[in-house]
Amino acid sequence: MNIETKNRANDGFWANLASSPSTDEFLKGLWRENPVFVQVLGMCPTLAVTNTAQNGLAMGLATTFVLLMSNILISSLRNVIPKQVRIASYLLIIATFVTMVDYLIQAISVELYKALGAFISLIVVNCVILGRAEAFASKNSVWKSSLDGLGMGSGFILGLLCLGSVRELLGNGSFFGIPVFADSFQEWVIMILPPGGFFTLALWLLIFNARKQRKLAS
Amino acid sequence: MNEAQKNTTEVASSSKMLTTMVGIGVICALLIVLSFQGTLPRIEKLKAEALEKAIFNVIPGMVTKKTFRLEGNHFKEVTGKVKDAQLVHAGYDKDGKLVGVAVEASGMGFADVLRILYGYDPIKQAVVGFYVLESKETPGLGDKIEKDPAFLANFEALDAALSEDKNTLKNTVVTVKHGTKKNAWEVDGITGATISSRAIGNIMGSSTTQMVPLLYKNKDFFEEKPNQ
Repeated sequence: MNIETKNRANDGFWANLASSPSTDEFLKGLWRENPVFVQVLGMCPTLAVTNTAQNGLAMGLATTFVLLMSNILISSLRNVIPKQVRIASYLLIIATFVTMVDYLIQAISVELYKALGAFISLIVVNCVILGRAEAFASKNSVWKSSLDGLGMGSGFILGLLCLGSVRELLGNGSFFGIPVFADSFQEWVIMILPPGGFFTLALWLLIFNARKQRKLAS
Repeated sequence: MNEAQKNTTEVASSSKMLTTMVGIGVICALLIVLSFQGTLPRIEKLKAEALEKAIFNVIPGMVTKKTFRLEGNHFKEVTGKVKDAQLVHAGYDKDGKLVGVAVEASGMGFADVLRILYGYDPIKQAVVGFYVLESKETPGLGDKIEKDPAFLANFEALDAALSEDKNTLKNTVVTVKHGTKKNAWEVDGITGATISSRAIGNIMGSSTTQMVPLLYKNKDFFEEKPNQ
């Protein structure tokens, strides 16, 4: 067997992986239907806690945990929950996992809990989570729902990290708490204040949409 | 007719709805109780550690500490967890000599209640250290009360001397406009964090007015304690 056939086999594996329904379910949330940049959902935490990259990452991870666990539980109970009380049931389940995350973060670090503060409990009303429960987990198998939750969660982390790193870099002159610029760098304090969140989000949406337009045109 | 439409046309019985909701509620309650119980020891340990670190931060040169609670005009030593009480932490150097007392105080800030800890030195009759325990002040502006070195320098030797009769403070601690600090009992404010820095001045002012005369009167009591 020569190298060429080996390569072809490899190509086949990657092509298979990329086109397999499971990978597709995951990639859909991460990229094609990214909750922050494409669906523009869950804007409250996206704008409010992304003043540093670390806060963005922590919020993204907390949301992903809730998304994954609630998708799994809702999907496994999808044939038991009557349609009339489904929203109440979903909220109950989501609120439970949010409370668990709240305790977990307190147990991980006091500093982190201080930084994320009130926004942890607000994950309950993050529309990405209720949206996935209603649109996906209530109609699909547990395996597919967990992939969907992981994908959407990763997409949310990606979005929050994109915003958090730009805002921290310009507003604080650091990346994940490590100073990047020389001392002479004058911080743009507005970037870590609420208006900075809107500016940065607009910038990222511009980049994403410009890319999409160019792709459509070609 | 698709799946969703078909399902909305079937009306589930009330008892089924009720059992489902109660069932989910029980599962959820169980999960919450388990995670609460599971994380409680670690959360309390972390909180106690954070407070401990803060106490050593606000009293320079301390090696050991003892915690007391305020009861009327007197202090009583406490060990372990105490809730809802005015607590003070006395710090001693390696020879068991009192070097300062850390006091917890709180008051309204710009965004939410601010909880602070400050160190009082009865010999110097001054506030010698300051730390913000809990704050939700605006990042970049109000949170300068925790980070701004010029502001924190106010509390390295903030005058809290008592008047002749030792019952009241000679001057109440107060925040003044940035750059106009003239006296040792004034706190130099922060431009861009006016409300937050003023709130710190107010909390310090009312807490020192109440606590400092009591602490001063009981300083021999604190001093004796470790030798017993």
